Amino acid sequence: MSRPLSGWGRYPRITPETLSRPRSEVAVAEAMARGPLIARGNGRSYGDSALSEGQVLDMTGFRHILGFDPETGLVEAEAGVLLGDLIAAFLPLGFFPFVTPGTKLVTLGGAIASDVHGKNHLRDGSFGHHLAWIEIMTAEGEVLRCTKASNSGLFQQTIGGMGLTGVILRAGLYLRPVETGWIAQDMRPARDLAEAMAIFEEAAADADGPTYSVAWFDCLGQGETLGRSLVMLGDHARLEQLEPRRRARPFVTPEKRRLNVPLDAPGLALNRYTLRAFNGLYYRAGARKAGPSLVDWDSYFYPLDAIANWNRIYGRRGFAQFQCVLPLAGARAGLETLLAAISEAGQGSFLAVLKRLGPDTTAHSFPMEGYTLALDFPVTPTALALLDRLDRITLDHGGRFYLAKDSRLKAQTLHAADPRLTTLSETRRAEGWDSRFASAQSRRLQL
Amino acid sequence: MKDPVLILGGRSDIGLAIAHAFAAEGHPIMLAARNAQGLELQGKDLSLRHRVEVSLHEFDALALETHAAFVTGLEPRPGVVVCAVGLLGDQQEDERDMEAATRVIRSNFEGPASVLGHVANLFAAEGEGVIVGISSVAGDRGRGSNYIYGAAKAGFTAYLAGLRNRLAGEGVHVLTVKPGFVATAMTEGLDLPAPLTAQPEELGAAVVRAVTRRRNVIYTRPVWRLIMAIIRAIPEPLFKKLSL
Repeated sequence: MSRPLSGWGRYPRITPETLSRPRSEVAVAEAMARGPLIARGNGRSYGDSALSEGQVLDMTGFRHILGFDPETGLVEAEAGVLLGDLIAAFLPLGFFPFVTPGTKLVTLGGAIASDVHGKNHLRDGSFGHHLAWIEIMTAEGEVLRCTKASNSGLFQQTIGGMGLTGVILRAGLYLRPVETGWIAQDMRPARDLAEAMAIFEEAAADADGPTYSVAWFDCLGQGETLGRSLVMLGDHARLEQLEPRRRARPFVTPEKRRLNVPLDAPGLALNRYTLRAFNGLYYRAGARKAGPSLVDWDSYFYPLDAIANWNRIYGRRGFAQFQCVLPLAGARAGLETLLAAISEAGQGSFLAVLKRLGPDTTAHSFPMEGYTLALDFPVTPTALALLDRLDRITLDHGGRFYLAKDSRLKAQTLHAADPRLTTLSETRRAEGWDSRFASAQSRRLQL
Repeated sequence: MKDPVLILGGRSDIGLAIAHAFAAEGHPIMLAARNAQGLELQGKDLSLRHRVEVSLHEFDALALETHAAFVTGLEPRPGVVVCAVGLLGDQQEDERDMEAATRVIRSNFEGPASVLGHVANLFAAEGEGVIVGISSVAGDRGRGSNYIYGAAKAGFTAYLAGLRNRLAGEGVHVLTVKPGFVATAMTEGLDLPAPLTAQPEELGAAVVRAVTRRRNVIYTRPVWRLIMAIIRAIPEPLFKKLSL
């Protein structure tokens, strides 16, 4: 009687043999005794990271915030608590997550397992850098508190470990003190890739430069408009930057209108012409808003959260997201090759996202110093063929792939691109974790 | 300061969802249940999320002799009392085991009626207060598949209607809530049709809205009002032959 599950990309869809929603450590241990499992949060990874033909553990029953220390900004919570819950609870006290992905609807456990990054990787690293501790149910069924100092091996392995090292039960996370709920944004239109990268590099070179930087990208531009983008720089606004009337309640931002996509869009709704028109419009609308402005946190970080079920826009078949990172040295050439391949194939997404990442210090998380490009494609044979081509280009330029987005990479490609993950899979076999924790993705990619 | 809200059955998913919805509006919350100290996690979560006072109160719905003292001893004095006490039971087992059947009837009717009787007297004396009773669509008509639970809920529904009638002139409002399917621990593992199944949060928000608007009887989701109207309209000679 289980129903098929999918990630946010709605591709693939896999019916688990067993799906349970534990609310206690005992229930997690019982599930582990039944056989291999993968923990699942709010289902916002795109592909098959939290899917399995076997057992899926829905961790949203672990949903309590356990404690908060306003002196240090340390929040302690169960793994199923959403980032959005933390913002709702603690922004009014002047705290915001140090690192957030493009949706606030991810769980704490999922953010740790994917070691998500934001628009500030260069400044603040990835999600895992702000953890005080993680409590994990290990392969032996024991609950272990892991920190940088104690059980540090498991701590490091679990950050970005895709749930393949244990079941994350609880964590302690440091939040960032902020003076307001607003972001001081500086919108810079860039006519091409070189111009966009120059803006990123200028920001990166300045130690006092903006905390956040991201570019929304028209990947269907051709010739001169190849790489046309809007680069958005941002910082948490200080109190004195707000209009006087807002200063009394600096964390109150206007309630946003919620939209919904009630149905799957028909397959024809998205084609190269509608997308090209949309991307052109988006660029021109953004270019008109060039320059500094104040944006509320929700609109700045989570524009797509305002549209419930936006993933339906790609139709019944779902979509695949592609996200790679290319090392700094060859990034320009690599990105140009990627964009040329996409433009040539006439496949593309509403918007592609380009970000500058900083150096990596983790065991096997996605980021590395360089540029990351993310885009979605409706799942069609043409798109899948293009994605294989993009994999190849990424590999040729020394890049690597983001597992939280992936639904179709080949094991061989992944291991060639990222030997650290080969090490993870060896550790899993040596420690016996592979017989306890497995996802559709870990099987496909031989992790 | 806003009125404290007392949740009887403070461990249930529905009770907690209603607690969160009131806490989000700034109401202090009083959670009452057996082994109340075991609700520390839930209480802490409520107070951290909504920055309201949360207190835990020992309460046993079946220990009728304790109810008078429980209600008069409440500190702070609640302005809203929500009764989310309930026990689904297992119909087929309860058909054979009368002791189990009696427990279902006592948990869904006798206990709630007893404690709300004391609350009603307190509120009537004060000339204000709101009573919210979580009954069920199962009480709208007895069906072979769950008539023991349904009969107890039918009794509770009638009790709430009577209280509402009695207290209408005394400044005390009574809201009857009839949830249809709700995705809770009680229904986990049942294959419920998604369009008819409310999330607990949805129910919580609906209760707060209904209290604000002084509604008398609400169904969640509202489509259940129509479904139950149809079920009630089926003539008995036909109804008795249906498997429902």
